[in-house]
Amino acid sequence: MPLISTAGLSRTFTSKQGPVEAVRGIDLRVHPGEILGLLGPNGAGKTTTLRMLTTLLPPTGGAATVAGHDLFADPAGVRARIGYVAQSGGVDPSLTVREELATQGRLYRLGRAEAAARAEELAAELDFTALLDRKTTALSGGQRRRLDIAMGLTHRPPLLFLDEPTTGLDPASRAALWDLIRRLRADHGTTVVLTTHYLDEADALADRLVVVDEGRIVAEGTPAELKLRHAGSAEAALQEAFLAITGRGPAPQEEAPVAV
Amino acid sequence: MSPLLSDTALIFGRYARQTLRSHFQMLFGTLMPLLYLVFFGPLLTGLPLGSHGDSWQILVPGLLLQLGLFGAAFAGFAIIIEQNHGVVERMRVTPVSRLALLLGRVLRDALLFVFQAVLLVLAAVAMGLRAPFGGVLLGFVFVALFTAALAALSYALAFKVRTPQEFGPAVNALTMPSMLLSGLMLPMALGPRWLDVLSHFMPFRYLVDAMRAAYVGRYATEDMLYGTLTALALVALALTAGTRVFRTAAN
Repeated sequence: MPLISTAGLSRTFTSKQGPVEAVRGIDLRVHPGEILGLLGPNGAGKTTTLRMLTTLLPPTGGAATVAGHDLFADPAGVRARIGYVAQSGGVDPSLTVREELATQGRLYRLGRAEAAARAEELAAELDFTALLDRKTTALSGGQRRRLDIAMGLTHRPPLLFLDEPTTGLDPASRAALWDLIRRLRADHGTTVVLTTHYLDEADALADRLVVVDEGRIVAEGTPAELKLRHAGSAEAALQEAFLAITGRGPAPQEEAPVAV
Repeated sequence: MSPLLSDTALIFGRYARQTLRSHFQMLFGTLMPLLYLVFFGPLLTGLPLGSHGDSWQILVPGLLLQLGLFGAAFAGFAIIIEQNHGVVERMRVTPVSRLALLLGRVLRDALLFVFQAVLLVLAAVAMGLRAPFGGVLLGFVFVALFTAALAALSYALAFKVRTPQEFGPAVNALTMPSMLLSGLMLPMALGPRWLDVLSHFMPFRYLVDAMRAAYVGRYATEDMLYGTLTALALVALALTAGTRVFRTAAN
């Protein structure tokens, strides 16, 4: 059974210039244990799609089941089984790492002692035990990102959403984060849905890619399939396939730093 | 404990701890009304204010509401900052009660305010305020409800405007007329008839009148009835609007 299944999922915003169709009907299947990459130019509807799947934004049309719960009828059921790490993270700069992790545990309805223990456990697993009593502002970009992900893993969700997890990270931190995501899947069978602008990242990390443009899915398949189909060879750069699919490249300032 | 109560306690604890750590917020929040008390209060002692009670019984309720008005109306600034750090979204994606996200914050605001209000009243007593104890307690209840309602509305507004550059002027545009037309500084009965009539369209006016009635021990009056109804209506409206915003937080 797919972990995410949507039919015609859509979102229309109202603006002064009239209705804006940000997402125009997404049919998506994500299977347990998959790492799915959501690609697309800026404004394609990636983040809007993610915000709908994570219950943050009510869809205006379609149907969806996420982690076994109906997105429309039972958003609370969905919330209990998913983790979401936004681009901006979500920790308060005035608090310590330990305080934020403990609060997160309590928000997921763990008891006080349980939440404190879970904070220790997550810090050990994601390798920042030494930082537990620092203010969150004192962390480096890569450390911050690991904390953000730890917050999303508090309740051991089978499904984790990551919105541009490596944006702004240096190459070494990016590589470490890729390892972490792969390790999550290997150790816990966690299914991961991530958006990214970095085509090398999508190529290296994702089992399957979904390309969104103007609110619709315009291509999907494994990286090799997309390259073969749209760039003529499975050995081609993903960038070529992406350009052929969308008629555009990623924005120039979003060139990826090299990661291994 | 029901999830709503424990979630509210959790959110309240988080923000109360943050407030206790920020000594500036505590200090300046209390200092401003004290300045009014010391530098403005003595001006009124000899004037006929056309209301029941002496000048302190008229001034202090007004000052308390003013403290609540300006303190709570700007509560939304904190949400704008948190929004930018993604804190609100991170909480909204957890199973935590939407109402608790609002109530926990609002409760902190109301409690901080009552603490400052008690200090203000003690200082006022030292300067010459004499008022019935029950009336003063009733006054605290009024201002606590008023602050809670206003803070909730402020959070809702902050979600709508989203930047501090828009939020500041928007709040000022609402608080200034509220202050002037409610008779916060001086009773509206002193003014010309048109101003007095106009001020009856300003809901805060009923709160101010009720507070002043409480401070002179006139409990079974129309002023008290209208003030109570206004306070309750304000709380109901604010909690409905506020929770709705936390549930959907349009973006």
